[in-house]
Amino acid sequence: MKITQKEVQYVADLAHLDLSAGERQKMETDLNAILEFVDRLSEVETGAVEPMAQVQDIGMQIPHSDPLREDELRPCLPHELALKNAPQTDGSFFRVPKVIER
Amino acid sequence: MSDSLDLNLLTVSSARTAVQERQITATALVESFYKKIEAEDQPAGKVNAYLTLTRERALRQAGKIDEIADRGNPLPPLGGVPIAVKDVIVTQGERTTAGSKILGSYVPPYDATALARLEAAGAVVLGKLNCDEFAMGSSNENSAWGVVRNPRDLTRVPGGSSGGSAAAVAAGSAVATLGSDTGGSIRQPAAFCGVVGVMPTYGRVSRYGLIAFGSSLDRIGPLSKSVKDAAILLRHLAGPDPMDTTCAQAQAPDYEQEIGKPVRGLRIGVPEEYFPAELDAEVRNSVESGIDRLRDAGCEIKRISLPHTRCAIPVYYIVATAEASSNLARYDGVRYGYRSTAGDTLSQMYRRSREEGFGPEVKRRIMLGTYALSAGYYDAYYLKAQKVRTLIARDFLNAFRDVDAIVTPTTPTTAFKLGAKSDDPLAMYLADIFTVTASLAGIPGLSLPCGKSSDNLPIGLQILGRHFEEGTVLRVGHALEHAQSAG
Repeated sequence: MKITQKEVQYVADLAHLDLSAGERQKMETDLNAILEFVDRLSEVETGAVEPMAQVQDIGMQIPHSDPLREDELRPCLPHELALKNAPQTDGSFFRVPKVIER
Repeated sequence: MSDSLDLNLLTVSSARTAVQERQITATALVESFYKKIEAEDQPAGKVNAYLTLTRERALRQAGKIDEIADRGNPLPPLGGVPIAVKDVIVTQGERTTAGSKILGSYVPPYDATALARLEAAGAVVLGKLNCDEFAMGSSNENSAWGVVRNPRDLTRVPGGSSGGSAAAVAAGSAVATLGSDTGGSIRQPAAFCGVVGVMPTYGRVSRYGLIAFGSSLDRIGPLSKSVKDAAILLRHLAGPDPMDTTCAQAQAPDYEQEIGKPVRGLRIGVPEEYFPAELDAEVRNSVESGIDRLRDAGCEIKRISLPHTRCAIPVYYIVATAEASSNLARYDGVRYGYRSTAGDTLSQMYRRSREEGFGPEVKRRIMLGTYALSAGYYDAYYLKAQKVRTLIARDFLNAFRDVDAIVTPTTPTTAFKLGAKSDDPLAMYLADIFTVTASLAGIPGLSLPCGKSSDNLPIGLQILGRHFEEGTVLRVGHALEHAQSAG
């Protein structure tokens, strides 16, 4: 077993997931089964191979756009619209529960 | 409506022609689709492809089209064509949920580029289509809003994650639809439902307004009744977009013209790794007879090898989940989406909102991705997977020196029963075994029906091509479609 309950709890904390005890148990089983399958990758020799994070990384001739544009003012989402989907606002800002915990 | 108009048979061009020639108004056409959806899609136990009907928006657009047609002016290229889009594609003012409870009441303030382009070309958007939550799944059983049933057999899954998009086309409740494909999510459901589905090259179609899953893999593409319809739609979808920096600058060719070119002399690769001994015999036979038809049409068939194929599922489920864990960090109950009422502090609110808002498969993938990116495991999992991804992509680049297109089965089996794999995530992941490779390499792929099993279920054949050579992929698909209809 690669992953124990302790690690499930650690990763759930990193991911901000408040898993129930039942979910943690099932997660341990599922993640171990998947990782065991993933382990076949360790048989592949990748010493000098460059990692591929993007399709562009493999030297494909793609005419991609220059991500930089002129630094000019453009209309953006109006304040009111940007707040419209928020669960809680005070009309100007997003409202959240208190931040300081200790 | 006109008696001669059978909604099930309408294509992109016949729908436009019917409206242009006033056999039916665009408005009446929309209404007859809604009647069909209300009778055949929405009742309990039926297909359930539609999550939201965008009635006002559709009628407004149809009204504009009717004004043009009434004046006797030529309609825009997709004028009056009723389509629908997967619910991971945002629609201004129309609820967009991505199949998730966490976005249950989200109303986007803007339109996705892909959708806006089809509407600008005259298409009428009927509604939003069911899918696996955040496009994560291969059966559409992971939707927070209920399963989609396969219109060819209501006891079976339609495939996923674009299950609603494929089912709507198969059921005739839209002329064509948009889906998204991250590891097979257009092609696999297209195969299961017996329709055509196209995943364009990464960067061919803007992702602006596509709710993100795995950003180095995600693509929007069309599902339709014919290769020609897909070619017409892709032409309007494709092309540069300043709102997506990964979108290529290249202008798209006229795919409708491309598919008319002869296939004689094209070299078609058949990779041995996609025909393993355990492959379903009926799938094998159907795909092989498709290959025979291409040979008869003058293609040169070559046996090839893509040696890293067996690594594709493990690579995919590390890369895609790592990207997903990062993309889905935005759902925190602050700016949009579900917020739990439990929790007195910010941190507790985050944790409870995500716990209550996400479904089991999404949590599983966030956990796997977070683990693969975490300190101590990054090199062993994420970096290793990225390196093997290079090898998988190189397999294709090497193969495409000798062949112009590659033909494989789309899926190892036909559509499985609802519930058959829902308790075994690994078995479900293996449903994507023939589709994830092209996703990782960034190349275009198409699935089209190539026969039926003895229990009358559709079988899909996949055609893959070089980066930005959708034209060749569509051309081979169109030729095969023709050969099949000729008997």
